[in-house]
Amino acid sequence: MTAARRTFLGMPALAPRGVGHLRGEEPFPAAARRALADTQLRRNLGHATATIRAKSGAVIGEVPDWQELRAAGSAVKAAAMARLPELLEQLEAAVTAAGGTVHWAADAAEANRIVTGLVRATGQDRVIKVKSMATQEIGLNEALEEAGITPVETDLAELIVQLGDDRPSHILVPAIHRNRAEIREIFLRAMPGVDPALRGEPAALAGAARAYLRRTFLETKVAISGANFAVAETGTLAVVESEGNGRMCLTLPETLITVMGIEKVIPSWQDLEVFLQLLPRASTGERMNPYTSMWTGVTPGDGPQSFHLVLLDNGRTAVLADEIGRQALHCIRCSACLNVCPVYERTGGHAYGSVYPGPIGAVLSPQLTGVEDNASLPYASSLCGACFDACPVKIDIPSILVHLRARHVEEQRERRKVPTAEAATMAAAAYVMDHPGLYAAAQRAARLSRLAGRRGRGLPPPLSGWTAARDLPEPPPQTFRDWWEKRGSTDEQP
Amino acid sequence: MRIALFVTCLADTLFPEAAKATVRLLERLGHEVVFPAGQTCCGQMHVNTGYQAEALKLVRRHVRVFDPYDVIVTPSGSCAGSVRHQHATVARRAGDERLAEEAGQVGRRTYELSELLVDVLGVTDVGAYYPHRVTYHPTCHSLRMVGVGDRPLRLLRAVRGLELVELPEAGQCCGFGGTFAVKNADVSTAMLADKMRHVLATGAEVCTAGDASCLMHIGGGLSRLRTGVRTVHLAEILASTETGGTAAAPGITTAGNSSGPAHTGEKP
Ligand code: SF4
Repeated sequence: MTAARRTFLGMPALAPRGVGHLRGEEPFPAAARRALADTQLRRNLGHATATIRAKSGAVIGEVPDWQELRAAGSAVKAAAMARLPELLEQLEAAVTAAGGTVHWAADAAEANRIVTGLVRATGQDRVIKVKSMATQEIGLNEALEEAGITPVETDLAELIVQLGDDRPSHILVPAIHRNRAEIREIFLRAMPGVDPALRGEPAALAGAARAYLRRTFLETKVAISGANFAVAETGTLAVVESEGNGRMCLTLPETLITVMGIEKVIPSWQDLEVFLQLLPRASTGERMNPYTSMWTGVTPGDGPQSFHLVLLDNGRTAVLADEIGRQALHCIRCSACLNVCPVYERTGGHAYGSVYPGPIGAVLSPQLTGVEDNASLPYASSLCGACFDACPVKIDIPSILVHLRARHVEEQRERRKVPTAEAATMAAAAYVMDHPGLYAAAQRAARLSRLAGRRGRGLPPPLSGWTAARDLPEPPPQTFRDWWEKRGSTDEQP
Repeated sequence: MRIALFVTCLADTLFPEAAKATVRLLERLGHEVVFPAGQTCCGQMHVNTGYQAEALKLVRRHVRVFDPYDVIVTPSGSCAGSVRHQHATVARRAGDERLAEEAGQVGRRTYELSELLVDVLGVTDVGAYYPHRVTYHPTCHSLRMVGVGDRPLRLLRAVRGLELVELPEAGQCCGFGGTFAVKNADVSTAMLADKMRHVLATGAEVCTAGDASCLMHIGGGLSRLRTGVRTVHLAEILASTETGGTAAAPGITTAGNSSGPAHTGEKP
């Protein structure tokens, strides 16, 4: 019956190819290069991330025990992941007892099949959606459209992305790459029944979206949501949002279908206390989240009378199997790591290819798909560590990045008969550096070779990437080692 | 105090002035500096590029070479960070618990220069003289991996003649990141451009930091654009004295550039 039990036999499956949005079409450096040239994108992102950083930093500064809270969040997640199968079954029992129905989806294809079937069974051809990363991940909207069902996104930013026929570029603010003028154009072009005299002020744009969405809320009988948390002990699901659209979707329709990654389960109601303090401050820079909706199964005469919970694996069990990488499952999708990331700030989310951009995306996507399907992502970081400092659940993203780079190199080594040029260089360098005599000789050789000049003319890629914008250092006349030897006080040793 | 110098491969090969300055400074403060000759590279480049098997050899060498010393100093936040936070992990990943244990011990005895000065030797005024307008870039690994905090700034504030100007957005990465600068050269350049913009906005003549690697990156960009601003390692500033000369003098420039003194005869 349970996919969780099934997936613990043998090697856990990865997220399948050909469905969903976890793989990009080109390597990160190529996609990033294009993004860097988009001046509008650079301005929009630079402004938006700086604003969120300042706001979040200020409210985090108000909490004297922020570090303790982070430690608590991290510990709760680690403990939950350590007994995930048990918690999921507890959750299933509690949701079922409260009148809901639980479905287990091993991967994106199965989840899409389940949800499409459930909507079809209601006889409806339109659903309203609460912003959800899980449904983006599995490409649910495309699957619904293929089945003749129209999904309507109700989160403002997600609606902008949907109407603009665009892809989300941020976990929390999917349209962070758009500014007002662009949003106005999208609304005028694609929003049903929009006032042609629509103006570009934020209030006018929000008003137009509100008018359109109100009608849709009242006329639609099925809603699809994700979940921020699921409490195993009580079977309670929680969605946190800022606009109230989620509250409408979760309460007005007759049928509610929730798609949730299996890592969202937490043991007890009390654990919510920690996360509901961490999430808003790290995420939107608010002290308290504006709309926190919680529901447990079905309440007769109040809210949706039919509730389905789809538990999604799609590679998560494989992540759990990696001792270092599994921390990525602790993520509460606050997006703080994106907002502080100097790479994300300049490239935006699309360059990462996957729906999960930024630092968390760089460690999560390659683990869900298998490192080789997203091999450039672990390298899409200068390892500056800003993400680790910002993460409210203390995920050591730099260490996971380094670990995934090693997994990539190891997989390459297994697959290829002939090592890559990089692997050969690295092996040679390590050999030389493990032999101080050779090392000193190599240093002298490096010092003498001035052929390239400071501008590095004639250097091959990838080294030419350096000299395209930077001079090389001037080789000194003498290494430190030689200077020290001439002073005559070396501590001789093997 | 007897202090072992972990010079780092980069300072040894390309930026010896930073290393010499570290020696001069510590000797001036009355300490004995020793240089274990068996040292080469901490293996950080290998670890961060994914070559852990190769790095393992270098970790083993580093631990063996530095094991006999009680206090180890390095003029690099990044290499201190690697020794302290990566070596044990590399060993553990390879299943060598014993090495992990020893690496942990060597790591605990390894200090970045400003930490050694302020925490271990208890000095903030090292008696330096450096009559220049200077801005300080806190490198990512000094700041976040090692956690040097404001120690470098406290040391700089005590330098006579030095005018310290605050660097805007100081905590943002300069875009170096080791092989990141070549694997993702475009993103790295975009980050560097912003760092240079902030450095230039200070009107400083010198940009300093505790890592020769990041200075090589920032300095390489400043030099290419002929900005007339140079990069100088923190150790060189702290080693400068009224009588002993300062890092403005020929031969002590770190990541020098067109405006800095050329000491090799090559015209940039
Ligand atoms: S990794 Fe941490 S900082 Fe990034 S989105 Fe997840 S919880 Fe937030």
